[in-house]
Amino acid sequence: MPPHPDTWLRVLPQGLFCEPGDFYIDPQAGVHRAVVSHGHSDHARPDQAAVLGTPETLAIMTARLGEGRAGRTQQPLTYGHSIEQNGVRITLVPAGHVLGSAQVVLEWQGSRVVVSGDYKRQPDPTCEPFQPVACDVFVTEATFALPVFQHPPAQAEMKRLLESVALFPERAHLVGCYALGKCQRLIAELRRAGYERPIYLHGAQASMCALYERFGIGLGALLPVPRPAKRGETVLAGEIVLAPPSAESNPWSRRLADPVTAVASGWMRVRQRAKARGVELPLVVSDHADWPDLLDTIEEVGAPEVWVTHGREDALIYALAQRGVRGRALHLLGREEDEVEADVAEAVQAEAAGA
Amino acid sequence: MSLPAFADLLERLIFTPGRNAKLALLRRWFATQPDPDRGIGLAAIAGELSFTLAKPSIIRELAAGRTDPELLAMSHDYVGDLAETVALIWPEADPRPNRPPPDLSEVVETLELAAKADIPRIMADWLDVLDAGGRLALIKLVTGGLRVGVSARLARQALADWAKTPVEEIEEVWHGIPVPYRPLFDWLEGRAERPDPKDVPVFRPPMLAQPLETADIAALDHTAYRAEWKWDGVRVQVSAGPGGARLWSRTGEDYSAAFPEIMDSLDFHAVLDGELLVMREGEVAPFADLQQRLNRKVVGPKMLREYPAGLRLYDMLFDGTEDLRPLPFDTRRERLEAWFARVKPRAMDLSPQVAFVSLDQLSALRDGARAAGIEGLMLKRGDSPYVAGRPKGLWWKWKRVPLSVDAVLMYAQRGHGKRSSTYSDYTFGLWRQDENGGRELVPVGKAYSGYTDQELVWLDRWIRNHTTGRFGPVREVEKELVLEVVFDAAQLSGRHKSGVAMRFPRISRLRQDKPAAEADLLETLMAMVENRPEA
Ligand SMILES: [Zn+2]
Ligand SMILES: [Zn+2]
Repeated sequence: MPPHPDTWLRVLPQGLFCEPGDFYIDPQAGVHRAVVSHGHSDHARPDQAAVLGTPETLAIMTARLGEGRAGRTQQPLTYGHSIEQNGVRITLVPAGHVLGSAQVVLEWQGSRVVVSGDYKRQPDPTCEPFQPVACDVFVTEATFALPVFQHPPAQAEMKRLLESVALFPERAHLVGCYALGKCQRLIAELRRAGYERPIYLHGAQASMCALYERFGIGLGALLPVPRPAKRGETVLAGEIVLAPPSAESNPWSRRLADPVTAVASGWMRVRQRAKARGVELPLVVSDHADWPDLLDTIEEVGAPEVWVTHGREDALIYALAQRGVRGRALHLLGREEDEVEADVAEAVQAEAAGA
Repeated sequence: MSLPAFADLLERLIFTPGRNAKLALLRRWFATQPDPDRGIGLAAIAGELSFTLAKPSIIRELAAGRTDPELLAMSHDYVGDLAETVALIWPEADPRPNRPPPDLSEVVETLELAAKADIPRIMADWLDVLDAGGRLALIKLVTGGLRVGVSARLARQALADWAKTPVEEIEEVWHGIPVPYRPLFDWLEGRAERPDPKDVPVFRPPMLAQPLETADIAALDHTAYRAEWKWDGVRVQVSAGPGGARLWSRTGEDYSAAFPEIMDSLDFHAVLDGELLVMREGEVAPFADLQQRLNRKVVGPKMLREYPAGLRLYDMLFDGTEDLRPLPFDTRRERLEAWFARVKPRAMDLSPQVAFVSLDQLSALRDGARAAGIEGLMLKRGDSPYVAGRPKGLWWKWKRVPLSVDAVLMYAQRGHGKRSSTYSDYTFGLWRQDENGGRELVPVGKAYSGYTDQELVWLDRWIRNHTTGRFGPVREVEKELVLEVVFDAAQLSGRHKSGVAMRFPRISRLRQDKPAAEADLLETLMAMVENRPEA
């Protein structure tokens, strides 16, 4: 009988550790060997000795963390290919979350665990779609694990944004979004909706867009936000500007013409949350699975046991129990509950650097 | 597709802080929606629709029947608002039933005719064909929880802008036309004459005064003017006649339900202009007392006993059906006095005229009047007709010189709309002895006006560079900057930590020259309080 996954995968302070393979998955601190699911800062930490990830994720890490801090050695592994590490077979499978995001499939002595990282099931023109893999234990996030979270189609939200742009031609539209993933997905969805004008970017967003384009994701005309010609003037009336969340509260935003502040995030589904942030146009666009997609995915992979890394594990484990699936909360530290807030620190740094 | 369109409108209105943006959203609604739905939507936003049978408990039970109770409880806990929780959690049928979502008119008509027992089924059928936004709009609409930050007055302003018609003309007929306002839209779109409100009480836009600045005083011929005290209450209009009676604020908000003692006395036929005040044996109570009454929609007997409201009259617009507004002020005053002597209305008195022989004398009177309830003086031209709006040179308000203290800036908050990137709301404090013999700052008020644009820029930068803590949108700052704050009155208040409330505080000067330690003491402000209990 194959060994139960809890005999060879453990939760240590640094994160999830594969004992026979001697490596961590998405560790929270620098370790000797790390497999990284995707490039977001709560999964891809600096100063790993050796890093394994998709070529896209490794490139994103280098861009975000800098040449010297994105793993002393980087080992690329493309989707669908496998390597063996001390007898543990590692395969990276698309997670549909952001460019290069992968589920880490681990097999040892006939037992299979899928560590899904962050994932979503909605279509996204900027990354490969999620592929379900049957397994004995499915390790999942639970960011939006409450039945109130049901993300509408992204195109419907783009329609709302474009209607607002048409209604307020004298105002700029400032859309706050995570610089990695959300930003590029919004641009691609706007292009799909037929929006062909240049899209303006805060400095923090531009470098990641350039990286996406290097990987063949076309985003159309992108321009930096210009400075007003004269003091006191404003720019970009009638245009769409993408910036890190909370940029609207920085003096930087004063150059924009009476901006409509929008934020694109799954949290925008709940009004109190949107109101508390002072958002004028909340857009419900998320790169995480919503409640129905979490449940459907778990059913599809057919795992009798599910481990929950972070988020609303109580609701998810409760719902799984009713379906006869054993749930276990891993209480992993350091995961960002709020995809919007996660970006603020980076944005502030970018601003300080004169972006 | 009208309920989803209405849901979109609500969604945008709720999140839009700017007045102009709200007006634009409403104009688009009037321009694009068909009758009768645009009128029903207008009524819903203006607070003139209500349903009695669809209670929040029905919504709770419906949701409980469709979802797991534990998950519903967790979700309610997270979201906070029940209507929103139900709207978000309602399981969407896949595929969605092949029925169109209801029109607003269908919702209104169906619920008016429905038997109580049928309402849960009717609601469920609608919820099944709507998306989350539509479900929330429906639930809020029928359970009466629409709070979109749009006053009836703003809705009428949008109507006026859209139809390019003065808002005063709309206000004169508004209260006489039932929902969905077909005759109103027919008139505004040029298909019919202006509707005639007949006997139904309608709001008459009031005549407003301009502030009297020092520069205007020299040019004033004082013999042409009459003087009255300017009362620190709320300007209202009463309209009574065979078609009913109403009490309105000066923006046309209906206060009738909140002031039954006034409504009880409206058994005459006239339209009157006056000040709503809390009065005890003819003595005007401070504004804070009136606020107790204004804050609630329904009043109990205790409130009525402890905060009795009255009306101090100063003008008469209609006597019976006769329109007095074209007559000179002096003539209207005579008519008002004669009418008052004849009718002797309960809960009302006349605002006396103040005799004077020179402006100097009047100025002295004004500054001497520190009694609670007096804000200054009103000057009205004896020959002025009653003109809606703020005509120049006919009526002046002459506020007494404001009080002032030097306070220390303690907290700052970002504003809304255009000011959302600027720290423009300031909480300031004064010194007081603490238990250990040291001194502490106590917050005494909040101001978000009075400064110039340059001062605002300076303050914003200063705040960003002197922040010591952050709580959401609020920054705590180093206690170093002194602000000169002016205000109209100081009143004792149990609701403020300092025990005192300031009326209309605003920043008059930045005192970068003054060390914070030399700012005023709380006692200084206390000494300015008007409603001290007699010792
Ligand atoms: Zn992520
Ligand atoms: Zn994450």
